[in-house]
Amino acid sequence: MDAAIIGIGMTTIEKNKIACNYADLAWEAVNKALADASITIDDIDNVITTSSDFWDGRTISCMAVGDACALRHKNCSAVEGDGTFGAAYGLSRTLSGDYKTTLVTAHSKGSESISSIITNAAFDPIYERSLGLDMISASAIQAKQYMNVTGTTSEQLALVSCKNHKNAKDNPYAQLPMDITVNDVLNSEMIAEPLHKLDCSPVSDGCCAIIIANADFVKKVKAKPVWIKGVAFCSDAYFMGDRDLTKTIALENAAKKAYVMAGITNPENEIDIAEIYDAFTYQELMWIEGLGLAEYGNAGKLLEKGIFNRDGKLPVNPSGGLLSGHPVIAAGLYRIAEIVLQIREEAGARQVNAKRGIAHGVNGICGQSHCVWILDKEK
Amino acid sequence: MGNIFYGIEPSVYKSQINVPYQWWAGETASKFFMVLRDDKKILGKQCPRCGKVYCPPKKTCPSCFTETNSWKEVGPKGKLISYTIVLRQLAALQKKVPVAFGLICIDGADNAMLHYIGDVDVNNITIGMEVEAVFADDRNATINAISHFKPLT
Repeated sequence: MDAAIIGIGMTTIEKNKIACNYADLAWEAVNKALADASITIDDIDNVITTSSDFWDGRTISCMAVGDACALRHKNCSAVEGDGTFGAAYGLSRTLSGDYKTTLVTAHSKGSESISSIITNAAFDPIYERSLGLDMISASAIQAKQYMNVTGTTSEQLALVSCKNHKNAKDNPYAQLPMDITVNDVLNSEMIAEPLHKLDCSPVSDGCCAIIIANADFVKKVKAKPVWIKGVAFCSDAYFMGDRDLTKTIALENAAKKAYVMAGITNPENEIDIAEIYDAFTYQELMWIEGLGLAEYGNAGKLLEKGIFNRDGKLPVNPSGGLLSGHPVIAAGLYRIAEIVLQIREEAGARQVNAKRGIAHGVNGICGQSHCVWILDKEK
Repeated sequence: MGNIFYGIEPSVYKSQINVPYQWWAGETASKFFMVLRDDKKILGKQCPRCGKVYCPPKKTCPSCFTETNSWKEVGPKGKLISYTIVLRQLAALQKKVPVAFGLICIDGADNAMLHYIGDVDVNNITIGMEVEAVFADDRNATINAISHFKPLT
């Protein structure tokens, strides 16, 4: 594919970034991305902003960060959903031939509203919303069923939390670096069975920006390109009750397409690193399996063997993942930015040996839709 | 917080968005709710192409992109596909914790419905248990015409 990521910028992820409004966050991330690519805003010819009106508490939220992205008198469009989907749209614009560079931003400030009420509003108002489900209780239903079918244990879920919070200790952008034990997780507050507090990602603030460029532009700039080898996304049915929640058909489809684009036939051996949308501990295991990086129901056992540790065969979320900081909407774009840093060997103390990696994003309740990115050091 | 504001007083604008909506349920859900309210019966709707029966009923089949066309009476019993017991008083909850939510496959249907599990010690809920719809005494034409599902074992 004739496109690369030439710059990334992240704000630190925090519980409450009280010093910044949305546009302030975007200003910081965009300027970091421009500096990272060694280009100026004049080199950007189109902009995609990614946001959610409900989370932001304003309609047309995509335009509210416009000044900070210099979209005035430029071509700008928007995506409502996870940043990986915004980036996929940005990539397609770059590949269209009409644009040489696309700036993609994704932001949210979970601290400014109430996540339970916001995520309750994702449920169908006719059949479901009045029952009072939200993202945590709905995910708990999925976790229970997945564990029941696969035999995955609460201890295995807890290990995901231990691994990711420990990894976050070497990530200066992470919100929750912690040394915790399996017992700490199992003894933390039970919010919705089987999910303890430490099985759940926190509510966070943050903004991430990336710059996608076509191959011609890459040649002209000093930036270290990370090449985009495969991108695909796929959705499942909207209603939870219309899906088999223990299966990840949408993710499997998206991953297969992305692997074909990237020429990958054996992902377990050909992928060096994965940054995965671990909004909850069990989801990291489910998504690892959906991505074909473990047999169905086997991710928990491989985790116990240390395969997914930072020094394991296939490091998963060496950044600390969403469990260590979850700015909704931006979270998937952070996954892309982390893989870029890893492939450029600029990930500092969290660096692993990686030439090719996966970044993964999710939209919707219980993983309704998935976006998979394969990034590579080589074109 | 330190001196991140360099002497500037942090200003916060507190507000809330409260917009009244009225969502038309559509003909399919309207009939389903009417029959729940008036007859205490649960209806599913069948896809002519794949034969699946959906409860709650759908106007279009999520598998086939085909309009469902025949109503079937289903339930009132069903099987518990999965559940959770919520112990934290999350802001979206309408009831005091513990609240048990279930995903219930109504007998005769091929999909599942989200609802409350009640009339049971929450510690005795298990996946696969047989449950039955309990209708609310005071029913309106909404999903709350069913009060909850109660385990039969």
